[in-house]
Amino acid sequence: MGKDILVFCEQRDGVLQKVSLELIGKGRELADNQGGGLVALLLGSGIAGLAQTLINHGADHVIYVDDAILADYMTEPYTKAAAAVIKDTNPDIVLIGATSIGRDLAPRIAARIETGLTADCTSLVIDEETGEFWMTRPAFGGNIMATIICPEHRPQMATVRPGVMVALDEKPRTGEINKFHVKFDVADANVEILQTVMATKKTKDITEAKVLVSGGRGVGKSENFAPLKELADLLGGQISASRASVDAGYAEKDRQVGQTGKTVRPDVYFACGISGAIQHVAGMEESELIIAINKNPEAPIFEVADVGIVGDMHKILPKLVAQLRRGGL
Amino acid sequence: MKIFVCIKQVPDTNEVKLNPETGTLIRDGVPSIINPDDLCGIEAALSIKDQCGAHVSVITMGPPQADVALREALAMGCDEAFLVSDRVFGGADTWATSKTLAGALQMLGYDLIITGRQAIDGDTAQVGPQIAEHLGIPQVTYAEEITMEPGQDAMVVKRQYEDRYQMIKIKLPALVTVLSSLNTPRYMSVGGVVGAYDDKAVRVLTYEDIQDFVAQKDIGLKGSPTRVKKSFTKTAKAKGTLHEVPDDDAVRIIIDKLKEKYVL
Amino acid sequence: MDFSLSKKHILLQELFRKFAVNEVKPIAAEVDEKEEFPYATAEKLAKYGFLGIPYPHEFGGGAADNLAYAMCVEEISKVCGATGVIVSAHTSLCAEPIYENGTSYQKEKYLTKLASGQWIGAFALTEAGAGTDAAMQQTTAVADGDNYILNGTKIFITNAEAAHVYIIIAMTDKSKGTRGCSAFIVEKDMPGFSVGKQEKKMGIRGSATCELIMEDCIVPKANLLGKEGQGFKIAMKTLDGGRIGIASQALGIAQGAIDITVDYVKERKQFGRRISQFQNTQFQLADMQTTVDAARLLTYRAAFLKDRGENYSKHAAMAKLFASEAASDITRRCLQLHGGYGYIREYAIERMMRDAKITEIYEGTSEVQKMVIAASMGVN
Repeated sequence: MGKDILVFCEQRDGVLQKVSLELIGKGRELADNQGGGLVALLLGSGIAGLAQTLINHGADHVIYVDDAILADYMTEPYTKAAAAVIKDTNPDIVLIGATSIGRDLAPRIAARIETGLTADCTSLVIDEETGEFWMTRPAFGGNIMATIICPEHRPQMATVRPGVMVALDEKPRTGEINKFHVKFDVADANVEILQTVMATKKTKDITEAKVLVSGGRGVGKSENFAPLKELADLLGGQISASRASVDAGYAEKDRQVGQTGKTVRPDVYFACGISGAIQHVAGMEESELIIAINKNPEAPIFEVADVGIVGDMHKILPKLVAQLRRGGL
Repeated sequence: MKIFVCIKQVPDTNEVKLNPETGTLIRDGVPSIINPDDLCGIEAALSIKDQCGAHVSVITMGPPQADVALREALAMGCDEAFLVSDRVFGGADTWATSKTLAGALQMLGYDLIITGRQAIDGDTAQVGPQIAEHLGIPQVTYAEEITMEPGQDAMVVKRQYEDRYQMIKIKLPALVTVLSSLNTPRYMSVGGVVGAYDDKAVRVLTYEDIQDFVAQKDIGLKGSPTRVKKSFTKTAKAKGTLHEVPDDDAVRIIIDKLKEKYVL
Repeated sequence: MDFSLSKKHILLQELFRKFAVNEVKPIAAEVDEKEEFPYATAEKLAKYGFLGIPYPHEFGGGAADNLAYAMCVEEISKVCGATGVIVSAHTSLCAEPIYENGTSYQKEKYLTKLASGQWIGAFALTEAGAGTDAAMQQTTAVADGDNYILNGTKIFITNAEAAHVYIIIAMTDKSKGTRGCSAFIVEKDMPGFSVGKQEKKMGIRGSATCELIMEDCIVPKANLLGKEGQGFKIAMKTLDGGRIGIASQALGIAQGAIDITVDYVKERKQFGRRISQFQNTQFQLADMQTTVDAARLLTYRAAFLKDRGENYSKHAAMAKLFASEAASDITRRCLQLHGGYGYIREYAIERMMRDAKITEIYEGTSEVQKMVIAASMGVN
């Protein structure tokens, strides 16, 4: 049995996905832990040039499959190529980013090579005592965390939530780069991509948003919702509102949070200029993380907030947006 | 055309609360529902049936209590229901579950298999693609639109990614996993509920019924490569902190917190 | 004795509940505010089979039973009393007498449209001078060849504006008193028939309550329901069934009021505590829930007896009497627990209090129910 860690490095249109570098970072740590090598697997068409970047981020060895059939992601050719490389390299652990591609590909690979797979992990550790690979993930709608092991099948496979692991800084390193040959036939392209349209998906329904930036009476006027909207866009969220700001006409009724609006429980809820009347709090207090910004230190919203900021939203929000933009998001 | 919709009965995780003193999950009184993505799968199958005619069956693997989820599907308009249920299937992970369901589906025969993208209790999104792999058929996941081709031998599926979507043509037999944004599921109807109990039956499939199609080594806890080592609740919410600081510090506090919670 | 619901009824209840919460609740305040009949909701009620619950498939019904029907009115009334009575008046007061007394022609022509929800139905007994004293009917019907000619005015008719078909009670022989009453199936488009002004009401403001005016209204003889002279009997029996519907409506309003109040008292803080932590709140709600459970048992028993084909007249009267008085009392007490917010239209409780009152009045006042119950006890 090998001791290597293999990371599937997703690229789209020749651009490495951020999660791939994060997994290289994590994979480096795991490989050092158990004295194995870190193999990066790269699939695509004309992607050999990305290999050195992966080395520079921490990979010991890049194996790439370069074929026209791999230009756009398709389940079957990618599964075939990945399964062939995994069988050939015999790694102990395989990590894949839990993107909409990774979550399509990983289960298919695991089923093909007959091993277990743990989805959407947020923590990966090799337990010092038992040497087991502990894959921990949220379950039950995020209410519990479960640690999963795969005792008898190899490799141990996990998909990992983007943004959780930390990429290492890029620095010049040397490593092995090998092209791996997979024989494809026409039947492998068993679906036909008719059209690709670049567009980010917008959730309109505030109850489905993972991040909500909510404005209250303190917003003052409709135009002042602009920085809230910017923040929401940056975080892939939506704007919502308190009853007071809906009644004042700053926001649409279907964005109202509260007893007489919608009940929401996003991962993050920003309450900006919202005092925190009971009718509002009832609709959002189950949110995972509540960040409140209000001028009044006595505002009841601070009773439910995880992070309370006493200050002027009109000044803090633009600074926050600017800072996030600088962060390269 | 024979369409199968794979569904799962799940606890309504929105109704699950944590006991603030013990930090344990309060599961009492939490209703069991059809997994929301799967409901959209049922709706997708029924609208294909409405448009071009099809025989829609619904199948689930679970304990006898999952009967009510299948009745609900029948009450929405599905034609047949199968409950894959046997003590020996217990403790299955996604591998064993997909092996078992694939065996049953192979025995029953299908043109199109529809599943929800993922279940709200496990959130793995693995069983659908693994069924397709075991059956050796193509898949399209994350479907946001499905259009049957005139010959009914292929479909065009709008496949959603984080940064793009694709229109993908896929030939039948195939498996599609659907997003909840695909449609709004219809309600049951009064006549449908009455018919689901008075006129239709839920056929129970035990291991004996499907043993020619799935090996004993692939089912239940023994057939599952993965094990739950432990589960724990996240540490109870600490009391919030209040900051009266200069704006720049406030911004840093917010960003640090977002990073800590993996939002950034 | 078995107090448990069948699996079928539990699933039906879930259907009614989901529909009520998703389709009825979001517009309940608007329906009340605008005093408009919710036509779009009526179409959805039809689509999912809510307008013909107890009738056989052959007539386009859901082939369920009166218990299921009661549960439907209850669940809808939890979130909107007006929509609850729309279902109740349509089913109990129009479809039901046709199902019970109609000829095969009448069932074919009218029950199928009503049970499938293509048409909305209404029932007209009350007149300006004939309320509780229903025997004082002034509307007349005179035979004329193949037709009857109807003249008179009915008032306070639920669903009037939206209905396509009406059961109308009229005198065919004034000399015989109540035995001179007959029942007719009248279509909206029949010559000489018109719908008068819409009443402005305290509650259930979406139910479109109007006058019906018949001026030499020509109704074919084939539309006589039952025989001449049976009208009063048909009306009384229809109201027996209707009382199950109104009891269910009252029950729903009361339970709905408790439900939102429980949510409210768990949120609202005064004196540094959630008001649910005060014993007054706890005892009040415990009392109210016990009363509502009793009302539910009475109501379900009446529906159960009707389904078994047993006499349920007294039981329906008891259910309606108890549930409607409970609804009025409980909505008032729940509003009190809401304090000042309860008096504001932003919260649903004031609407529920307004909606509840009518259940003590229509389809027989509480006093009429007591007359029915006393008579059944031989106390007269």
